[in-house]
Parts: sequence; C-alpha cells; structure tokens
Amino acid sequence: MMQLACPWCGVRDEPEFVCGGTTSIARPALDTSDQEWGEYLFFRDNPKGVHRERWRHAYGCGQWFNVARDTVTHEVLSVYGICEPAP
Amino acid sequence: MRGAFSGHRQWSPAWRDAKPKSAYDIIIVGGGGHGLATAYYLAKNHGITNIAVLERGWIGGGNTGRNTTVVRSNYLYPESARLYDFSLKLYEGLSQTLNFNIMLSQRGMVTLAHSRHDLEAMARWANAMLMNGIDADLLSREQVHALVPALDLSSQARFPILGGFTQARGGTARHDAVAWGYARAASALGVDIVQNCEVQAFVGANGRVVGVETNQGRIRSERIGIAAAGHSSVLAKLAGFRLPVTSYALQAMVSEPVKPVLDTVILSPATGAYVSQSDKGEVVIGAGLDLFTSYAQRGSFSVMQNTIAGTLELFPSFSRLPLLRQWAGIVDVVQDSSPIIGPTPVGGIYINCGWGTGGFKAIPVGGWTFAHVLATGRNHDLAEPFQLDRFTTGKLIDEAAGSGISH
Repeated sequence: MMQLACPWCGVRDEPEFVCGGTTSIARPALDTSDQEWGEYLFFRDNPKGVHRERWRHAYGCGQWFNVARDTVTHEVLSVYGICEPAP
Repeated sequence: MRGAFSGHRQWSPAWRDAKPKSAYDIIIVGGGGHGLATAYYLAKNHGITNIAVLERGWIGGGNTGRNTTVVRSNYLYPESARLYDFSLKLYEGLSQTLNFNIMLSQRGMVTLAHSRHDLEAMARWANAMLMNGIDADLLSREQVHALVPALDLSSQARFPILGGFTQARGGTARHDAVAWGYARAASALGVDIVQNCEVQAFVGANGRVVGVETNQGRIRSERIGIAAAGHSSVLAKLAGFRLPVTSYALQAMVSEPVKPVLDTVILSPATGAYVSQSDKGEVVIGAGLDLFTSYAQRGSFSVMQNTIAGTLELFPSFSRLPLLRQWAGIVDVVQDSSPIIGPTPVGGIYINCGWGTGGFKAIPVGGWTFAHVLATGRNHDLAEPFQLDRFTTGKLIDEAAGSGISH
C-alpha cells in the first residue's frame, strides 16, 4: 500500500489521504481570454513520471501539503509545505 | 472447426503481423479496440487501406484486455445517448459484420436502488433514456428479485434493495474477440498492424505533422490518429499540446470459475459494486478508481477491499469465492466524463480519447467516428459535440452523473 508522510502526523497509509490533483496552478487574471481560462480549469500536464500534487490528510489532521511523486512507481520523492516552492 | 478437431495444431494466424513501410496515408497510434476499429472503418467505410496501426506492446493488451466487458448505452444526455446507442447497435451486428464471434450476450444490465432517492434518480435516468429512444425499464423490488435471486433482498441487508432499472439490450461481449475481430477484418482489407512499435517522437514541418519516429525507424504520414487511452497525454506532449485528461488506475478482478449464478450485469452505484459472470464462469467485479494520477497498472488494495466489501453485502453467497486475478488499466478521465474525437491544435494530428472508465462499450462508435474525421477532415455528426474546444466554450457534456459509476 502506498504511504505518505504527513508533515504533521508522520507516515500514514494512503487511504487516510485525499489527493487534490496538480499543485501550484496559478489562477489567471479574471479578464483573461476564454482560451486561457479553459487551460487553467481543465488542461493538465498529466505526466508519466514526476508529478507535483497536493494531498490532504483528510482522516487525520486535515492539513494540505505538497508531494512530488512518481506516477509510474508511486515513489514519493519529496513532501513540502502547501505554500512552499517545489524543492 | 478444422483447428478444433485436430488438437488445435492447424490454426493459421487470424491477422498479419506486419513490418512497417516507410510511408502511409494514415497512421493510427494505439492498437487497442479503438485504434483497430478505426483502421477497419477507414478501410471499409472510406476505402483507405494504406494505413498502419502502431502498437507499443501487443494488440488489445491495454485497456481493451483489462475491462469488465460490459456494453450498454444508459446515458443521460442526448449527445451521449446518440453516441453510445450507435455503438451498441454496431455491437449488435458486429459478429456478422466482422465474421468473427464477439460473443455478444445481451443479458441486461440492472442498476440497483438502495433508497427512495435512488428510486427517484433512477426514474429520471430511465425516463431520460426513453426520451432518447433507448430501452429502459424500471424494476420493482420483486422484479429485481426474480431477475437476480442471488442478491440479498432481506430486510436485514446492509444496503436494502428497493428496486432499480434495467437496460435489457445491455450486456457483455468478449473483449479479446472484439480486438481480434477488428484486427482480422482490418488486416484482410490490407491494413498493416505493427506490434512492438513505440512512437517516440512526431516529425513536424511548418506546424503540421509529417511522420513519426519509432523504435522501428521513421515512418512518414501526414495524417495521424492517436487512440492511446491513458497514455494520450504522453503522446500529446510529444506532439506539443496539452489535453484536459488525467490518467487514473481502474481495477477489475475475477473469481475462480463457478457454475452459472448470475445472468445479468449488476451495478450498485451506492456500494460501488459492478458485477457480472463471464461465460467461463468467473465472477467479474469492476472496482472504482484510485483517485490520484497513476500510470501503474496495479490499483491499490484499499479500493479492491471496498469493492469486495460492497459486492459481498449484495451477494453474501460470494464470500467463499477465491479471487483468481486482479489487475488495473490506465484510464483517461476528462472533467465531464465524455470523450474527445476530433482534430488537435497540431495540423494533421487527430485524437480519440477521454473515454475514461467506459471505453470498451464505445469501441465501434469510437472507430466509426474517428475514421470519419481522419478520412474526410470533417467531424462526424455524432462526434461534433465531443470536441476539444468545449473546454474553452464551456459547453461540457457532463455525464459524470449519468454514466453509471462514480468517476
């Protein structure tokens, strides 16, 4: 079973967490074009390999944090704060 | 027959395993059901036979060989209803069309209601289907019991069954036979099916595609169709555009074969159970998604556990069935759970993707409409609402509610 290290609670099993998808997506200005707004809402890199994503310890402390994870091996490469830049 | 009566030693290959030529009129990337069906309809409907299907592994080895083999058209919105019912109609004639037994069994697909709200939602769902000209019948608790005696209909059931509805034309088809039937028919019309051929780059000139680089060398073609399901984003990245697709692992599992016990497909949206019995006797169980991006064809244990728990609440007698196999396929989920069949931002490259957890039932229509746009450059009528630009215009076809299983 995949395990994630919650920065507050330590290593826990994956079912305790909820994945919030790709992290650090910047919202464009509200007067942006439909094209760019659509890109922001729906289009994703969906990489085969390292993916930076946000997770929430839903059945624990409830906190959000960021994870860099390999989408093929599911290996967690780093865990960093929700407001921190990717290491 | 000759093969069967001679100890299975005289079978000749059903289709030709080709080496790639240096150029084709059209290249299809992906030798699953959708890619093979596209090649077949290009040859059959449009008379274009100088085509190659390039498959990274072996044909039908991806999601085509990993689904729960269910076919149905119980969708909510008119656009989807037209699309999926066209597919089911093609399935109904497919064994004759391809001269290959795809073992279609229209055993019906029963969706269960566990609460008053479920009953109301299902009345709406069934009525929407009827309005779209698709068969649907609401079922009382007694009718469900008569159809599926193995269900726990007692008042002590953890998920009491109050009724449901059925699409009698739904059912199952042999997934490998669908891939092989299309491959055989396409090959007979002159299509080259190339296995172990991975597309590693697209070759472009002036914003248009002119070929692909593969591990078997460069192949020229000015029209390329991508039908790669969970790997669509990977190919799109090679070609230089992005998709509104996220790849997830979707699992399924089968028990050891037992005598006939279940002769319909059962779906219980509330418990996540999606169960049928194969002709071989295995109980086939479809699970939910692992809700994080994954390209690993495994699926997590907790999802399997939940699915089994839900299934056993419905069918207590299955509790002693040993599981024989478990696996996962990588599915291409789009925000509105509807497909994308049409051109891409790169000239000459077309895409058929976004079928998510329900690609198998759509193989015939996916192939039919994708062949149309590849051959003519114009979208097929049925595929017109399912274009990439809906993510800019906002005209989504949100089937997440209507397509039968949460995703």
